[in-house]
Amino acid sequence: MFDVKIIREDFPIFSKQSNDFVYLDSASTTLKPQFVIDAVNGYYSQYSANVHRSIYTIGEQATAAYEGSRKKVADFINAKDNSIIFTKGTTESINLVAYAWARKNLKEGDEILLTEMEHHSNLIPWQLCAKETGAILKHIPFNEDGTLDLSEPEKWFTDKTKLVTVIHQSNVFGTINPIKEIVKMAHDVGAIAIVDAAQSVPHQKVDVQELDCDFLAFSGHKMLGPTGVGILYGKPEILETMNPFLGGGEMIKTVSLNESTWNNIPWKFEAGTPNIAQAIGLGAAIDYINSIGLEQIHQHEQLLLNYALKKMQDIPEVTIYGAASERGAVISFNVENVHPHDLSQLLDNDGIAIRAGHHCAQPIMKKLGVSATGRASLYLYNTKEDIDRLCESIVKTVNFMGGRD
Amino acid sequence: MNDLRDLYQQLILDHNQSPQNFRDMEDATSKVDGHNPLCGDEITLYLKVIDNTIEDISFKGSGCAISKASASIMTTLIKGKTVAEAEGLFTRFHTMITTGKISGDMGKLAVLAGVYKFPARVKCAVLSWHTMNNALHNKTELTTTESL
Ligand SMILES: Cc1ncc(COP(=O)(O)O)c(C=O)c1O
Repeated sequence: MFDVKIIREDFPIFSKQSNDFVYLDSASTTLKPQFVIDAVNGYYSQYSANVHRSIYTIGEQATAAYEGSRKKVADFINAKDNSIIFTKGTTESINLVAYAWARKNLKEGDEILLTEMEHHSNLIPWQLCAKETGAILKHIPFNEDGTLDLSEPEKWFTDKTKLVTVIHQSNVFGTINPIKEIVKMAHDVGAIAIVDAAQSVPHQKVDVQELDCDFLAFSGHKMLGPTGVGILYGKPEILETMNPFLGGGEMIKTVSLNESTWNNIPWKFEAGTPNIAQAIGLGAAIDYINSIGLEQIHQHEQLLLNYALKKMQDIPEVTIYGAASERGAVISFNVENVHPHDLSQLLDNDGIAIRAGHHCAQPIMKKLGVSATGRASLYLYNTKEDIDRLCESIVKTVNFMGGRD
Repeated sequence: MNDLRDLYQQLILDHNQSPQNFRDMEDATSKVDGHNPLCGDEITLYLKVIDNTIEDISFKGSGCAISKASASIMTTLIKGKTVAEAEGLFTRFHTMITTGKISGDMGKLAVLAGVYKFPARVKCAVLSWHTMNNALHNKTELTTTESL
């Protein structure tokens, strides 16, 4: 049985913060359960050795825990162990592909296909890459309801398209994009397909074999894990053809002064001492999510989402951006005559944490004609009371800013 | 919301709702854009300086209540002042916003004295002032709070 009261007891922050603490910014980063904190502490306090190179007991223990986490991640997205690379986050994962695959394979006039709803971390690496390779950037636009406009696929997917990279779930609109279809369209024109899954993997079952994507990136800290660890999934046959990203220890087989040979995948892409504690923490986060059930978490969020959408729409001053039928629990909104910064400051005074700003998606803001929005995002530990508190506080803010309190 | 009354005094709410000198200026002698990349606040500041006197000042743009009220109050105080007087006020305003210390007569600006207690909002309050200061010195490239 999914019982949010019991779940909240797993998160020590709720007892450390005051009773009125309402956290609605999980799309930015999530709270951490004691189980994850214990796993990180456990490594540091009981077996804090380096991995892969220590021939003694705690070194072997650390290696087993680190590689065990890789296996947990692989199972979580239905991948093979050797296709899972530990990075420091989604941003690094995407940059790894941009450096180690794209710079080698793209040439002048090739097309990189993105969408207008990408996070900065899936925009800037390609701008840099296009500048260096002479490749051309194309962006699939989005409709007013925050869904992608895929009405003219032949306009976007051409024989020049070599790389397609798309956000799975929008961090602004919550829209879940039809990734499987997009991957197929990419493959049909001979392009590789990359998925920014930072907002999807934490909240719904993602199966890389079913999607058939070539790369997929996500972050540990958005799924109850520590900061400083992320994942790049890559199809092994593609990873094999790639040059290393960073050079250093760990990623080599043999080294002489002028030449070296590379370690097997995935270690070829993990130069230097890795983020051992964080990777172990991510493994614990996955264990925790599995113990609750990803499907149960998803259902809980969807119930809350619908409750929140309805309740917020009932406030006349509120405008909600995005109305996709398939969406995650992320709500971007504005309140008439109240700037998102003032809103967030006033909500904070009531103990409520929301995000205010451009959400690392300035092109979206420009197209919406706003400089910023407020954003409330949900996870397994949120409750109906959280939504009620949010809505009460929004109404209070409207009155306050209008000089009516 | 009593603690917040320090930050959001009535005069700030009034200026936010009906900002003064909130308009373009065709015959400006200087026009500078300001931007706070952290939150997306944008301002365009217009100055008309003749014989070392600020004959006219206006602004356009979008921002939170603090940034809008700060800009609005600034325009009402700067208009008619000499360049040296405006510079002096800029310096004293900057001190007040970052330390809470009021030196001399700050007039209506005193309502912004509470901002220093909210470090995240200091940049909101100073954006228009830095943009104005750059306009005074004909530094017409984009003013951003990142370089402050
Ligand atoms: C959709 C999306 N992609 C990428 C990122 C970047 O993730 P990170 O900052 O963990 O690298 C985020 C996080 O804000 C995101 O929401």
